[in-house]
Amino acid sequence: MYRKILKIKRCEGAGKESYYEKYEVSFENPKETLSGVLLKLSEENITEKDPEHEYRPLFWEHSCLQKKCGACAMVINGEPGMACDTFLNDIEEDIIEVEPLRKFPVIKDLYVDRSFMTESLKDLEVWLNEEALNTGEKIVYEASRCIQCGLCLEICPNYCVDGIFRGMAAMTQLSFVMAKMKKEEGKEMRKNYRKYVYEGCGKSLACRNVCPAGVDIENLLVRSNAAAVWNRWNSYIERNEEK
Amino acid sequence: MKDKGIVINVAGAGLSGMSASIELAKKGLHVRLISLQVSERAQSNLAEGGINAALDNMGEDDSPLLHYEDTLKAGLYLADPDMVKGMTDAAPELVMELTKMGMPFHRQDGRIVQRAFGGQRKMRTLYAGSITGKALTQTLINETRKYEAMGLIKRYSNHKVLKPVIRDNKILGLQVRDIYTDDEFILTGPVIVCTGGMNGFFPGLTTGTTANTGSFDAALFASGVEFSNLEFIQYHPTTVSGPGKRLLVTEAARGEGGRLFCYVNQDKHYFMEEKFGDKGNLMPRDVISKTISLLGEQAYLDMTHLPAEKWDYKLSELREEIMHYLNIDIAQEPVCVSPGIHFFMGGIRVDRYHRASKKYLYAAGECACAYHGANRLGGNSLLGAVYGGRIAADTLADDITKINEVDFKAQMTPSSYKEISADEAGANEKISEILINSMRILRNEEILSDGLKSLSDICPNEKVPESELSERVLFAKAVIKSALERKESRGAHVRTDYPDMEEGFGKPSVAAIKDKDVDISFQ
Repeated sequence: MYRKILKIKRCEGAGKESYYEKYEVSFENPKETLSGVLLKLSEENITEKDPEHEYRPLFWEHSCLQKKCGACAMVINGEPGMACDTFLNDIEEDIIEVEPLRKFPVIKDLYVDRSFMTESLKDLEVWLNEEALNTGEKIVYEASRCIQCGLCLEICPNYCVDGIFRGMAAMTQLSFVMAKMKKEEGKEMRKNYRKYVYEGCGKSLACRNVCPAGVDIENLLVRSNAAAVWNRWNSYIERNEEK
Repeated sequence: MKDKGIVINVAGAGLSGMSASIELAKKGLHVRLISLQVSERAQSNLAEGGINAALDNMGEDDSPLLHYEDTLKAGLYLADPDMVKGMTDAAPELVMELTKMGMPFHRQDGRIVQRAFGGQRKMRTLYAGSITGKALTQTLINETRKYEAMGLIKRYSNHKVLKPVIRDNKILGLQVRDIYTDDEFILTGPVIVCTGGMNGFFPGLTTGTTANTGSFDAALFASGVEFSNLEFIQYHPTTVSGPGKRLLVTEAARGEGGRLFCYVNQDKHYFMEEKFGDKGNLMPRDVISKTISLLGEQAYLDMTHLPAEKWDYKLSELREEIMHYLNIDIAQEPVCVSPGIHFFMGGIRVDRYHRASKKYLYAAGECACAYHGANRLGGNSLLGAVYGGRIAADTLADDITKINEVDFKAQMTPSSYKEISADEAGANEKISEILINSMRILRNEEILSDGLKSLSDICPNEKVPESELSERVLFAKAVIKSALERKESRGAHVRTDYPDMEEGFGKPSVAAIKDKDVDISFQ
């Protein structure tokens, strides 16, 4: 049986003061994840309670538990990560600090409002108006792997909510549609890409290491930069598709 | 199309919900797309293997007729043949429409490739690596966004659907709670339910998401909406133990050549091939899960002989996932597999056009009982979701011309509804324990009757309920009673005390509320 202490940042709602509670969790599976123990967390696990606050079940976003949906993004011992992708035994410390993402407004406890990401894609008109091209499948496949968790934005030194730069989460989706657009149709999209992605990205590529889906961000970025900035439109087309 | 000022509520923003919304928006109708989380979190994203359509790109003389026959046969002839025909006939055109929206199906020399899947005579399954559901969901998210910008689809992405609002046998709207503000209110309008499967009744034992709690199914049932075929639960034969859930080892692993075996006296026995011949590993899911259960031995899936190129693209995601969560490289060693709950063939009872049993109520996707009969074919769930959503939308669009808009004009205020509280969590877990035990792969009268009795102990006052907990008890009762009353074995419903299929039960079961109790009939 393994044991860990979770020090969890709690908050009753927007504008309310936050506080910490400690929970002791025990588990048998050597590959137990943070999401696995958070799901089972109850009042019985509390070892250190804030005297000002009554017990409430933890509010956090979860869904697939296997890093395919992006729900459980949070800050774990100071680093952005997915709860379902965090193996408790990989963490040396006995006490694990769990906090909400810092760049997004907190709704309650670990639950944050990431609607800026979806609204942003609407502003940038990320969709196809005409029939998709039959090429660019590999780019679109890679772009589809992005789970819109927001970890790339959390770690990015250039991204801030409400800033012009929309980050790599928007880049993947812009790449999806640009790779499927005819050159003339994609004019506005390329302009958006240059303004909201290319010009703001400092190329630190911190996002590359934090992406839980393992999206090949560098390749997508290079190809989309080539298409949108350097006008090399065929950068999306694989050699074997040219036939 | 004139919408008479009516806004349509689509509950659930996975594939079926988005498909329905897009179809309605294309006709100029206004939609509220209501979901607890954004579409990127929907269970549709987890579908791995592919989507079926008889394109016949592999030169095997495939046809929609063969797809139709395979679907009906795998479902043990319990699905409505006309409904299935509609779906399989429409499939080739539908997948080509998806490619026009940008869906990145795997191609070779420009041509879409199709793979073999269980229970099908031809290579019929289109795919995108092992992330077909994810890529398809992303494709429809982009398409939906277009209509959001046009003001035709409005997303309510952080809203929990609590219960239907019913007056005079008509569904007039939904009572929802904004989980950001905790405000409760009513959204009036006809409803298409696309809320997915009821995984939350079987926590930890399904391959699905935690967000699909099944509570809205329970609320609908308690409100008098009929459900059908609740006894048919698909156990996928190859799942592994993951963190708080079962992880799916996609059927594509066997489609690409993976073999099931067990050890007898240290010798490998390829039990599916021994029993069913060369194509044994690709028998329908119900057959394999039943065989594994009857075997009583640990089953293994062997993929160690697959050529390197299969791991480069087709199965790369699967290999990475199993390595990540289990520390096993499936390209190097066989992996222990066992059946896990993967899909609910039963659900809201709908007619051929996806109308449910109350006026102004429609359902599509996994929450509806539609195309899969007693067992679903791999690759037919994505198809059923996208196609079903579209048909439900088409039907509603036709019906809207006949709708009396006065029905939706009344001012309504939310009524009291008690969600499960922290002190009821134990009782809720008990419901799941009972269901998990009763609805195991091999069932019998004693197990099911005991389950029913234990449920009554949780909620002794058997009246039509008004709280989430008592609704869940009632719904669990409907599930177990459906299995108890079907005194035969058919597809995913295996009764050890009634091992044969009986002609008299060749009809869907219907669960309804009668005299404040659960009534099961076969219609």
